[in-house]
Amino acid sequence: MTKTIVVTSGKGGVGKTTTSASIATGLARRGFKTVVIDFDVGLRNLDLIMGCERRVVYDLVNLVNQESSLHQTLIKDKRLDNLYILPASQTRDKDALTIEGIARVMHKLKKAEFDYIICDSPAGIEKGAKMALYFADEAVVTTNPEVSSVRDSDRILGILQSESKRSKMNEDPVKEHLLITRYNPSRVKDGQMLSVDDIVDLLAIPLLGIIPESPSVLESSNAGKPVILDEESAAGQAYSDAIDRLLGEAKPHRFMEVQKKGILSRLFG
Amino acid sequence: MGIFSFFRSRNDGTTAKVAKDRLQVLIAHERSDRNGPDFLPMLRQDILDVIKKYVDVGEDSVSVNLGQQDACDVLELNITLPEDEVIKVEPSAEAKRRAAERRAAVISGR
Ligand SMILES: Nc1ncnc2c1ncn2[C@@H]1O[C@H](COP(=O)(O)OP(=O)(O)OP(=O)(O)O)[C@@H](O)[C@H]1O
Ligand SMILES: [Mg+2]
Repeated sequence: MTKTIVVTSGKGGVGKTTTSASIATGLARRGFKTVVIDFDVGLRNLDLIMGCERRVVYDLVNLVNQESSLHQTLIKDKRLDNLYILPASQTRDKDALTIEGIARVMHKLKKAEFDYIICDSPAGIEKGAKMALYFADEAVVTTNPEVSSVRDSDRILGILQSESKRSKMNEDPVKEHLLITRYNPSRVKDGQMLSVDDIVDLLAIPLLGIIPESPSVLESSNAGKPVILDEESAAGQAYSDAIDRLLGEAKPHRFMEVQKKGILSRLFG
Repeated sequence: MGIFSFFRSRNDGTTAKVAKDRLQVLIAHERSDRNGPDFLPMLRQDILDVIKKYVDVGEDSVSVNLGQQDACDVLELNITLPEDEVIKVEPSAEAKRRAAERRAAVISGR
């Protein structure tokens, strides 16, 4: 059975693409045949984060328009055997996608026996974002501890509950997960930033994970290597925990506390 | 941990607390708007406009919710009036005009 997961947020720049790349990589690493689709038509970026930008030939719009085959369009990841990237078009606009066209692509991916389809949503609550979430079985609502991000997450939850295929067909609702990214425990402690508890309280959906604000995210994107592969980094470990939870494992949440520093800063900090 | 943050509870007076309180109100509003029938936001606005003719209330003083009780749909209307300023408030020009009209009607025996 293929599972389709959308990574969505409403607000832009909160970490959807970073998250999509790491979730797809994490699932593939655990042995699942996985494809990650960039729905940000016109603003392709996932290819850069995955490090496959120079191998893009065809894109999602070509595939939707039946100008290329699935085999021609999917880019095989250079590190993991069962991971594929489906890039967005850089030249077309969002109107190039239709629900019928995407339905055909989803059908082909199911026939190719993918275990997971990860959909990296564009920002906003317009057509592009609606298209990305339409076929979702599960949603990773990516939220920063910040007022406008929390509000937009709530709006996107409303759209998931009323405009996804599952809601329109009266099927079981899309399973919602909250992923808090760019979390800064020391600012939370000082009362400058919404806490995990605050956000869970407000959005009232189950918490999948907390990804701390971490310099390794930028370094990983510089290198074109999803941060989950950086096992030393807090963000990489946090994404790895989130994958375990996505697969049903109960893992305690980490990275909510201010990281312990050396003995000196513990005495004087 | 600094000695001051040790004594200060995270929950009062911080900007995070303010953010949470604002979001709580806003999200509740937006949820009831999108869960109810399409006309609820407009109904809310119309009611607000009427109240404003008589009382000096803020934009968020009216909330309209559609709930359910047993088998009935219940339209719940919540109007928050300012605490003690209600009486002191100068009637709006519109209220004065209507009052004058009413009196004129009484005098002329209509
Ligand atoms: N945990 C983190 N720590 C530090 N920086 C982060 C973290 N997560 C994301 N970022 C940075 O935030 C920026 C936006 O990330 P990303 O592109 O993943 O967001 P997005 O939601 O996909 O944006 P868009 O809405 O434009 O598609 C990037 O510069 C990324 O490096
Ligand atoms: Mg993105």
